[in-house]
Amino acid sequence: MALLPILESDAPTVHLAHLDDLWFQITGTLCNLACRHCFISCSPRNDRFGFISRKDVERALAESVRLGVKEYYFTGGEPFLHPELVPIVCRTLELGPVTILTNATLLRADWLRELAYAEANSPYSLEFRVSLDSFDPASNDAIRGQGVFARTLRGIRQLLEHGFLPIITVAHVDESISPHELFFRFVEMLRAHGYSRPRVKILPLLRIGAEAVRGRPYQPDERVTPEMLHDFDLDQLLCRHARVVTDRGVYVCPILLEAEDARLGEDLGSGLGGFALRYQACYTCYLHGAICANASEQQRDW
Amino acid sequence: MAERIALFGGIYNNYLALESALRDIRRRGVDTIYCLGDFGAFGPHPDRVFPLIWDYGVQCIQGNYDQSLALDLPDCQCGYTDPRDNYFARISYQYTYEHTGPENRRWLGTLPVYRRLELGRYRLLLCHGSPRKINEFLWESTTSTAFLCWLCDNYQADVICATHTGLKWHRVLPGNAELGSTAERHFVNVGVLGRPENDGTTRVWYTILEAAPQLRIEFVPVEYDHHRLAAEMRQERLPEEFIATILTGWWTTCLEILPAKERRRGRF
Repeated sequence: MALLPILESDAPTVHLAHLDDLWFQITGTLCNLACRHCFISCSPRNDRFGFISRKDVERALAESVRLGVKEYYFTGGEPFLHPELVPIVCRTLELGPVTILTNATLLRADWLRELAYAEANSPYSLEFRVSLDSFDPASNDAIRGQGVFARTLRGIRQLLEHGFLPIITVAHVDESISPHELFFRFVEMLRAHGYSRPRVKILPLLRIGAEAVRGRPYQPDERVTPEMLHDFDLDQLLCRHARVVTDRGVYVCPILLEAEDARLGEDLGSGLGGFALRYQACYTCYLHGAICANASEQQRDW
Repeated sequence: MAERIALFGGIYNNYLALESALRDIRRRGVDTIYCLGDFGAFGPHPDRVFPLIWDYGVQCIQGNYDQSLALDLPDCQCGYTDPRDNYFARISYQYTYEHTGPENRRWLGTLPVYRRLELGRYRLLLCHGSPRKINEFLWESTTSTAFLCWLCDNYQADVICATHTGLKWHRVLPGNAELGSTAERHFVNVGVLGRPENDGTTRVWYTILEAAPQLRIEFVPVEYDHHRLAAEMRQERLPEEFIATILTGWWTTCLEILPAKERRRGRF
């Protein structure tokens, strides 16, 4: 896996305001799928980042309480590959709300029963974000793999059967359709498949990793300059209020795992420093708001 | 020093609920009444709210809606990212802006964004969304206790009162002896008067806090002539979706901002 190119021009530094959101790259870059647009090129063979042990999660959770973390996110790769994901999430729900980012192709009824029970007995929400990139099966499967559309819909139905209301996250891979139209086509499709009040989030493309090959890489002028941060609400940037725990240390965000200097420290105590926005992927976050959050605080324009 | 106060948020132009609440508060007797912002949005006749606020001597802070109106901003700063939410938010804001007199908009611009007071032994901080941001949503199901404690620590408060979400809630927090706080601390979302809280009833809510000496929190339901409000909204050609919420108690718009637990409690 190649490291991301670093911009040599003057880049602004963003300091953490407060650690609101703690991410866990719980299964590293391992995934049961190999989507052609994955910005960290996850696949069944990519073990550049590995699983985080339950013990290490516990250690980070203890530190997170001291730091006043507000919300927790579990991503990968595919989190449900982790043999201890369910007890880890149940434990985390004792401390705060949890979001699991998943492709929903590996879900089991006993897991979902246990997670639903844990959520019901917690004051906090358990959110599922399910990735699906087209309302049309053929178009989706051209990106995510043969048969994945059907498997994902089955996973969505399983989540609905267990009382969850998953947020369907859609990467805007077909740029010939507007985000607005894509949104409403998805709502229509999900309703037709039995999701009566679908929650949909359209995500911009991150033109790194496999996506840089499938689509296009960033253009030279697609970067964040110091001038662009004048009168800009820094809370729109993930690095302002989040950090991600991996098996290799604490990184600035879940997007820049292939960035040389994105590893900020061994643990949370040492991983809260500022970060220079020397990567073009930062431009997408700048344009579209904190795309990794479930909902951003302010509307951003496409 | 105050011992007993009433608080409410989100009037949303619902002057009828406001009048009913103020009468009830006066009947119950409190030292001071506070409004935590968002005078406009959603309902009819924005200018009918202000005389009531002034006649009852309500102490106010500014909400994101009020800030937007005062600054002539193009939208309410509610932060919706879903196009369905945005569609209705824009209608609501445009109506309120066009029907709020310039003097009232200027008055909204004079309001502080937070207030501090002492209630018994408790240091209270009143804000609209959160102490750090006027439009931050602090939902019960997505705000950890550790984070609320961090807010209390960093903003030197034993009790943080907010509104903005439209849903009342209360959580008791551990104290922090190192910082000299009270034995226990609190976060209170005081609820809103403007529209029901997505529970299938037409009631709206305000809050009474009393230091007796332990803090007592009472959420008080308010009944008002919701049929009349709905009729006036219809006359003003406000969306049927808003009117349905007043008549049924279920939110029909701005649902996408809701986290899972809060969303599931509603009908839509």
